[in-house]
Amino acid sequence: MATETKTLSHEFLKGFISENPIIALMLGLCPTLAVTTAAENAVGMCGAATFVLLGSNLIVALLKSVIPPKVRIPVFIVTIATFVTIVDLVMNAFFPPIHKALGIFIPLIVVNCVILGRAEAFASKSSVANAVVDALGMGLGFGLILMVLASIREVLGAGSWFGIELLPENAKFLIMILPPGAFLGLGLLMGISNRLFRKEA
Amino acid sequence: MSLGDMLIVMIGAIFVNNFVLMRFLGICPFIGVSKRISDALGMGGAVLFVMLMASAATWPIQHFVLDHPDLQIGYLQTVVFILVIASLVQFVEIVLQRFLPALYDSLGIYLPLITTNCAIMGVCLLNVQEDFGFLTTLFHAFGAALGFTLALVLMAGIRERLDTADVPKSLEGAPIAFIVAGLMGIAFLGFSGMM
Repeated sequence: MATETKTLSHEFLKGFISENPIIALMLGLCPTLAVTTAAENAVGMCGAATFVLLGSNLIVALLKSVIPPKVRIPVFIVTIATFVTIVDLVMNAFFPPIHKALGIFIPLIVVNCVILGRAEAFASKSSVANAVVDALGMGLGFGLILMVLASIREVLGAGSWFGIELLPENAKFLIMILPPGAFLGLGLLMGISNRLFRKEA
Repeated sequence: MSLGDMLIVMIGAIFVNNFVLMRFLGICPFIGVSKRISDALGMGGAVLFVMLMASAATWPIQHFVLDHPDLQIGYLQTVVFILVIASLVQFVEIVLQRFLPALYDSLGIYLPLITTNCAIMGVCLLNVQEDFGFLTTLFHAFGAALGFTLALVLMAGIRERLDTADVPKSLEGAPIAFIVAGLMGIAFLGFSGMM
């Protein structure tokens, strides 16, 4: 039992730093760059991606012995696409402003390699409990980077955080909320994390 | 839409709304396959091919099946599009291998990567969202693929030189590539006055 809880917490925590999908595995970069113009959008994308990850990891782990290995990728993709459709409809009904702000990046969660990657590399080989915990850790680890990057970009570029004004009108770097700011922000963030968490750097 | 408008859509997709630098679609291959110019050209060719075919395939499906007033199945868009793109990529791979082995040898390794390239799905979704006609859709896809290739080749050219540069250890690899992409993005912002 003791080892079981240890591995569960390990599966959960690895998503934050050591196997973080964005900064360590370099997956799911398109939504990271595209939706981080405001902290609110990052929360929406984190929620949507975590829900889809949770759903697909759960289904894949439950059905891993039934899915024939040869057609596993199409099965995974259809599973993921179903959960993405659910998220799309729910967000459109209950959170229309965020749905509009995220735009085509909600249906594009289906091609987010974090989700297919976890289904293929992890959920199809592990127990249901591990797969669920892995999905939560990966989803929140993904969300953590989104939040950090979105906060940096919103505070510097728009002078606000979650819509609360922080900086005076003449102290904004407009470039940070324009597309190039996303590349610069993520590049520097990755550099900082390499500096802090990788021994050889 | 006149031919001139279609050309504007195409030029816009190459420069003003460049898929990689402005719309953030296809970032994974942009970072992953931009280490050598020859790889970048191969990837660009494969994307051009699949993007045109995917746009041509999804447009009639959207307009004649998903939007059909008697069926009411617009909510299946995500599932249908990803299946169409995945099977299309498989189909292209088989056809190329059988009939054009030379082209397959140069593009083959990039094809499997394309199913999860969000630029392909993105261009199909944008065609629907912008309500383009069939021909405009093809022009848009062509421009999007050229823009993608342009960004990829420029990036590969810069990264070939970066190999010999003295980059700080913690910025080596992906981080410096992102910073370079940011600087390229600032240059591309200059095109936004064109439209």
